[in-house]
Amino acid sequence: MDWTFIQKYWPDYLEAAGLTLRIGIAGILCAVLVGIFCSAVLYFKVPVLRRIVAVYIELSRNTPLLVQLFFLYFGLPKIGIRLEAGTCGIIGLTFLGGSYMTEAFRSSLEAVETIQFESAQSLGMTGVQTLRFVVLPQALATSVPAVVANIIFLLKETSVFSGIALADLMYVAKDLIGLYYQTGEALLMLVAAYLIILLPISIIGTILERKVRYAGFGN
Amino acid sequence: MSDIVLEVKDLVKEFDGETILNGIDLQIEKGEVVVVLGPSGCGKSTLLRCMNGLEEVRSGQILLDGEPVEKGARNIYKIRQRIGMVFQSYDLFPHKTILDNITLAPIKVQKRNKADAEREAKELLERVNLAEKADAYPRQLSGGQKQRVAIVRALCMHPEIMLFDEVTAALDPEMVREVLDVILELANQGLTMVIVTHEMSFARAVADRVIFIDDGKIVEENSPEQFFTSPKTDRAKAFLNTFEFEPARHKEAEFSI
Amino acid sequence: MQDLGISILFKGTNFLRLLGGLGITLKISLISAALSVPLGIAFGMFMTIKNPVTRAISRIYLDFIRIMPQLVLLFIVFFGATRMFGWNLSNEFSAIFVFAMWGTAEMGDLVRSALISIPKHQYESAEALGMTKLQTYFQIIIPQTLRRLIPNTINLVTRMIKTTSLVVLIGIVEVMKVGQQIIDANRFEYPTAALWIYGVIFFLYFFTCWPISIVAKKLEAKWKN
Repeated sequence: MDWTFIQKYWPDYLEAAGLTLRIGIAGILCAVLVGIFCSAVLYFKVPVLRRIVAVYIELSRNTPLLVQLFFLYFGLPKIGIRLEAGTCGIIGLTFLGGSYMTEAFRSSLEAVETIQFESAQSLGMTGVQTLRFVVLPQALATSVPAVVANIIFLLKETSVFSGIALADLMYVAKDLIGLYYQTGEALLMLVAAYLIILLPISIIGTILERKVRYAGFGN
Repeated sequence: MSDIVLEVKDLVKEFDGETILNGIDLQIEKGEVVVVLGPSGCGKSTLLRCMNGLEEVRSGQILLDGEPVEKGARNIYKIRQRIGMVFQSYDLFPHKTILDNITLAPIKVQKRNKADAEREAKELLERVNLAEKADAYPRQLSGGQKQRVAIVRALCMHPEIMLFDEVTAALDPEMVREVLDVILELANQGLTMVIVTHEMSFARAVADRVIFIDDGKIVEENSPEQFFTSPKTDRAKAFLNTFEFEPARHKEAEFSI
Repeated sequence: MQDLGISILFKGTNFLRLLGGLGITLKISLISAALSVPLGIAFGMFMTIKNPVTRAISRIYLDFIRIMPQLVLLFIVFFGATRMFGWNLSNEFSAIFVFAMWGTAEMGDLVRSALISIPKHQYESAEALGMTKLQTYFQIIIPQTLRRLIPNTINLVTRMIKTTSLVVLIGIVEVMKVGQQIIDANRFEYPTAALWIYGVIFFLYFFTCWPISIVAKKLEAKWKN
């Protein structure tokens, strides 16, 4: 193992990790917003919109992110829509992640039992009050493990950004391998970088999941 | 006549093309405890849910002090604040402490002062021997304790009438008593109540009047003493018989093993 | 749209070439899936063994595979194995190897959770009826797990197909690469080719994965409870 090589190039990884995280977090935040909107549309069975959301979910779940990105980055400029690689990354991640977040929120909304609505209503709460004080707090809590799992999934998916020439972690690793043939060192730093980003989130996710599943409220 | 709190007029309820309630007429006076009995699936729980505007009805009317109780009506939220309801089970809000469960609606719905609501909630908890559980969460309570909290939660809204829907049906037998004792005490204090239950001796003890429903109709209306000792109708007799067992049938068989 | 770029699809054998590229993608993903299922079942049963050593091994394997992006795994095997062990693995072999490893981990976890989801009294009542361990498994437990397992396994296949799109980044000539070649070859004749080709590839993936997802969803709905 060539430690001087690692010392020399780890700042490149740091920079790349910054880019991965910036785009990743922006995409994930947008995906959460899309997820909240779409799950509300499905939950309240909004006419017309729910059909559009259903089509979107199928398109998003049944196509790979890399193909979505190629279309955005190489395809759209041909009809005059020219997006920066970073913007493509955020849009792609939002398009992909939105459907996964929708599923997470929708299923936890539906997991709130009918009796919870009825007892809120029997106390004289309006629809909005029921949603705000009774349904949403419970649904948000139960959706946490699925949301964390989606966050990890989406951060992992950012690894394909190198395909549209974004200088992310994969890109740097590939570059170093190509330039210096220091394959072992380049890959080691790559694995380390992803572990440093993803392991803490994964551990937090496991703890939260255990909390929601085995204990619930009151611990 | 002015004593009538809740009135049900020719109520018809259908579900999936099946008639669940078929022309129910019922008047409940202030301070009266009415127990509704009947075989499972007879519609008694549905009747109770209709009384709280939780079910859409086909025809007929339910009036609380002369005002219609109707699902989807604009003022149903106001009406429901005056009717307390306790369900079979699991209806406490799991994400709130016991105290918050009780004060949520008084504070958010009735816009009462927080300190007042909490003081009253604590007094009520004291009365059902659960004062020390105020800061616990529902999952830390036994089924019987949860149901007592559910009763307190409904009471804290100062309802004019309370509806109890088989509140002990999902409880372990040893917890049934503590819940029924609370309801009995409320009855003694003169609270107006409609109770659906399967606990016959409790029904007999608590009721001012017994309503027996079968096939979506009121088959018999009677005083508890009369109903349990000499029911007027055959259907009520048959129903009461299902709670009796022939004693000592296996005593002799035991020796032959 | 001066030249109606979509006509590029019908020029020569372009569309057939794209389908051929899709064929390569499907070949890689289906071989990987076919390997993952039996290996995953074995791994899933291995994970239920109550032994701290096997537990730790399977846990580390599962967590590492799951936390690493598949593209990183692909790089480790394709570039790393050459360098570290001097093996010269073909890119296609590397891809199948990595996806099978990944599929085994995912499938194993599905099998494990299906096995532990069967309540203990099912095992106990089967044994109380005098069944042997094997009879218990084959008569009672496995039939109950299948209804959960089959839809999830089908979903794993669609994930496998989507993930296989990554292999273009280690130089395998599959549908995306073929698309690039067509675009490059027609750069001047069809300047808007990229839009149409990548659009078509998007829908090729969609119409491959969507029917499979529907089957999984139908089975899931049918077997619920």
